[in-house]
Amino acid sequence: MAPESITATIITDKRVRGRTEARARAARNRRLLVLGARVLLLVVLLTAWEVLARTKVIDPFNFSMPSRIWDQIAQWTLHGTAQGSLGEQIWYTLYEALLGWITGVAGGVVLGIALGRVRFLADVLGPYIKVLNALPRIVLAPIFLIWFGLGPASKVASAVVLVFFPVFFNAFQGAREVDRHLVSNARILGASNRRVTLQVVIPSATSWIFTSLHVSFGFALIGAIVGEYIGATKGIGLLVASSQGTFNAAGVYAAMVILAVVALLAEGLLTFAEKRLFRWKPGSPGSER
Amino acid sequence: MNNGTANAHPPGGAPAIELRGATKAFRTPSGALHTAVRDLDLTVGQGEFVAVVGPTGCGKSTTLTLVSGLEEPTEGEVLVGGEPVSGIRPEVGFVFQQDALFPWRTVLSNVMAGPRFRGEPKARARERARDWLGRVGLAAFEDRYPHQLSGGQRKRVALAQTFVGDPAILLMDEPFSALDVQTRALMSDELLELWGGSRSDGRKASVVFVTHDLEEAIALADKVVVMTAGPATVKQVFPIGLPRPRKVESVRLEPQFIELYREIWSCLGEEVRITRERGASHGA
Repeated sequence: MAPESITATIITDKRVRGRTEARARAARNRRLLVLGARVLLLVVLLTAWEVLARTKVIDPFNFSMPSRIWDQIAQWTLHGTAQGSLGEQIWYTLYEALLGWITGVAGGVVLGIALGRVRFLADVLGPYIKVLNALPRIVLAPIFLIWFGLGPASKVASAVVLVFFPVFFNAFQGAREVDRHLVSNARILGASNRRVTLQVVIPSATSWIFTSLHVSFGFALIGAIVGEYIGATKGIGLLVASSQGTFNAAGVYAAMVILAVVALLAEGLLTFAEKRLFRWKPGSPGSER
Repeated sequence: MNNGTANAHPPGGAPAIELRGATKAFRTPSGALHTAVRDLDLTVGQGEFVAVVGPTGCGKSTTLTLVSGLEEPTEGEVLVGGEPVSGIRPEVGFVFQQDALFPWRTVLSNVMAGPRFRGEPKARARERARDWLGRVGLAAFEDRYPHQLSGGQRKRVALAQTFVGDPAILLMDEPFSALDVQTRALMSDELLELWGGSRSDGRKASVVFVTHDLEEAIALADKVVVMTAGPATVKQVFPIGLPRPRKVESVRLEPQFIELYREIWSCLGEEVRITRERGASHGA
């Protein structure tokens, strides 16, 4: 090789490596910039709130301020609430929401798949389900309170009715929209009706069902909280209600913050489970390849 | 020269597939009655490779669903091995035009699906599935999911999935139409090879291969059936006397192939024209 061509290769080599590094640096900088902007936005908002409240531009009694909310959370954490320790309140609400969520999801999936597969059932039950779905189901919470009392059962019931419908409709749709070539192929390969349901319809409906699981866990929390708000002996909803009763705005906000953290954690867990379950799926464009 | 159809009718045996005056009509979503296949007569001998060509959307695929037992004819009879078809039979294999692999199962598990559905023990099913994956050249890919494979590889998995069931009747619905030209020629050769040595008792499967590609049809088949524009019925049957074993890429350069192509195309071309004119008048 001629010496000049060797130097040329080295130079292009260097240039290429330099470009790759520059690109990596640019990507890193962008990530930092986004993160920084996020934090800045939060700080600006909280500071503005705090300053406006302290200077009495907005009424601190009605609107409270971040430092008081923080004090409220700290007090609840360290000294417990009027109904018992904070952990116990969170656990109560979570327990009701989870139980309602699991029951609602199980019912929704089973009924959705059954109606999606059995035409007769769909034709008979279809209109009733539509009517029930049209009802604003949160009004059932007071009825449940009358039926099941102040304990967890009434909250679980209102969570169930909120969770059931979105899950049901997605499972139904999922069972209906199964690729018919997959079903034909399974039948040709010798699958019985039961096998087709278990090994073709349910797996293909899972992505539909999972979409509804995310939304519906939020609904389960709403059901539990509203139930507690209307009448309970324990739970975060009761914290909101009793804070409201004593004109403690900071208490209401503090309960909201706690709820948001709980909901985000649950969401994270679900996403993790989903990733494990859907290894067979091609990644969304950009995430793979 | 005509050794391709020599074993079409073993003495005393019924033809592998027989359609007698088969008609299939569907109710379209708008409520109209659409006749896909009308008064179809077709015979496929034991071990015979029959290619069905016809204009797009003429009802070729419907013919296959009738033979497979996925659908029942509105009128007429469909016989497999001399018996009327009622439901899906274990000796029938079907390769679909679209991807019909189970996307949530690995390649190995996809090939095992048939034997497992039919109640074969897991270990034996796995062993046979591995054997077939080896034969289609995908032994190293058994843990992959379908979306991680190329179109040609997925088609090979589909072939293995079908052949592992040891089908005596093989129905193929434009199986290679989604592949690029080179892959297609390769897959055609592979199909002929697999077909030659497919069955456990050494006999060849009887094949109905639906395609709209006339070259593919002539290169593969013992007999090319030309269908009319929809509703489909048989227009003419051409025996293909090309010697076997064939190589798809070289056989199509032979003078006899070109002569057959010209002859069949003059028959098929007319139907394609009719379909196209109809499509134009519908404004589609």
